[in-house]
Amino acid sequence: MHAPDGLLNVGTALATGGISVGCVMLAARRCGDELESKVVPLAGVTAAFVFAAQMLNFPVGIGTSGHILGAALAAILLGPYLGSLSSTVVVLVQAFVFADGGVTALGYNVLNMAIVPAFGGYALYILFRKVFPATPAGVSLSTGFASAGSVVLSAVAFSLEWLFGATVPVPFDTVFGAMVSVHLVIGIGEGVISGLVMSAVLRSRQDIVFGARDLPTMSAAQTQPVNAVKWRTFIVGSIGISVVLAAIVSQFAASSPDGLERVVIDTGIGPDDDTAAFGGSLFADYALDGISNPSASLALAGVAGVVVVAATGFGMLTAAKFVARKPVVAS
Amino acid sequence: MGAGHLRGLYLQRQSPLHAVASHVKVLAAVWLVVVVASIPRQQVWAFGVAGISIVAGFIFSGLTVGQVLRRLVVLAPFVPVVIALPFIAGGEPAEVFGVAVSEEGLWGAWNFLAKAIVGVSVSSIVTASTTVPDILAALGKLRMPKILVAIASSMVRYLDLIVEETSRMRLAMVSRGYSPAWFWQAKPLATSAGSLFVRSYERSERVHAAMMARGFTGTLPQRRVVASASQWVAVCAAPAVMTVVLLVAILK
Repeated sequence: MHAPDGLLNVGTALATGGISVGCVMLAARRCGDELESKVVPLAGVTAAFVFAAQMLNFPVGIGTSGHILGAALAAILLGPYLGSLSSTVVVLVQAFVFADGGVTALGYNVLNMAIVPAFGGYALYILFRKVFPATPAGVSLSTGFASAGSVVLSAVAFSLEWLFGATVPVPFDTVFGAMVSVHLVIGIGEGVISGLVMSAVLRSRQDIVFGARDLPTMSAAQTQPVNAVKWRTFIVGSIGISVVLAAIVSQFAASSPDGLERVVIDTGIGPDDDTAAFGGSLFADYALDGISNPSASLALAGVAGVVVVAATGFGMLTAAKFVARKPVVAS
Repeated sequence: MGAGHLRGLYLQRQSPLHAVASHVKVLAAVWLVVVVASIPRQQVWAFGVAGISIVAGFIFSGLTVGQVLRRLVVLAPFVPVVIALPFIAGGEPAEVFGVAVSEEGLWGAWNFLAKAIVGVSVSSIVTASTTVPDILAALGKLRMPKILVAIASSMVRYLDLIVEETSRMRLAMVSRGYSPAWFWQAKPLATSAGSLFVRSYERSERVHAAMMARGFTGTLPQRRVVASASQWVAVCAAPAVMTVVLLVAILK
């Protein structure tokens, strides 16, 4: 997952670098206000935990294994600012100390593997918490679904960066379809693991979980329901959601004119010559070459972009509000 | 990435590059990688010059060919992508050994491969000749936000400890006769990770208390390192030459 140097063009590397630096500085300032000097050991040791957890490969089948991104989980455990900061440090240390991931690719690596999954995942967590009951089981399930979603958000973010900075003529549609469908599967793994990790943490130290501070403190007897989380339900549910999403995604990858393109043609809002309208535009020509219906693809990209930005931004805003309302550390 | 994380990829040697101040190496490395990433891909000769400067770096840092190749393994996951690119990419078709492939895809694969290899090689040279604390100190000296450097320092300080704790937990599980091989057996691993988090969190609280007791004010003190002018000139020669090469390649 760590993109090496030269995967996307220089402009995209710089732009994502700017966005990442802005988000990280915001998070660092927030944490500074919030926890004062406690942030250093806490985020440091947690970053080491995220790194170790990424090494804890979980089995997928014979001979293959996946490892977790951990950014959404870290955001829910520690709060999105501290969680995103820990994940950012993991990516930085991997690039500078372990030569894993390009130094010029840091902008998009930090954005895709720390900022988007941490804040976007936290936003999804808030949404899922509204659906599930306010119990440890509900928190664990929300963590699972939010973590699964954060992996897909991360894949969508990469596809969007490809749209701007492709260095190889692989159309946006292909990249988007492949990234999202593969990461739907990876996301299920990440979701199950994250949910189980959360349920284990809640059982022993519910008080330290940022995302569960609204829960009443449970006595030992009451914590039992955490075990009753139906993980089979979670997996079946995730696969169901994945299939639906994959069906929607594949609609856009299909070569026959679909609903959206039909609308564009019928209403005449689309340009006469699809390619001319995008020539010399902000988008990388490579990402548009060979796309049968650029209007629909760009509409999809637009929708996807709105989702990623809205989720990430919502995560930041919610976190800011949450921080303003409640003191973070009890001690 | 086995044992010895605090050592990272550092190799105990007495090479000319080991003697250079860390911030000089880190700055030169970032400069070099940025320049190489900007080379237009058709200018194959420019990549050749980059290759020469990398080989020089390997020689001056005392890395052996085997060690260099082992470092490049990090790119292994991207090999299928590089192989697939000429076939899945669009654009003008070309024939190579009687197989129809996309010319643009071939150029793309070359571009990606060349820049990625340069990136990993440069990182390998720096990480082999600089200790982890020195790399972090260099990042601090090069104006990376203090808080990130402090967090990263505290991360690498506890990395060995926590990674070893992970393997102890895993060993305990295996020695009790449980060795998960399928995804639906992942629960014990996740439970281990959960208790690992709780242990890490509690450790950080103890660490913080200990740091406060010793007068910690929010930032870690930095060592003063001074680099001589000759070090600057010697190490920055490579990125400087590559910058000239880049300008020529663009204007050509």
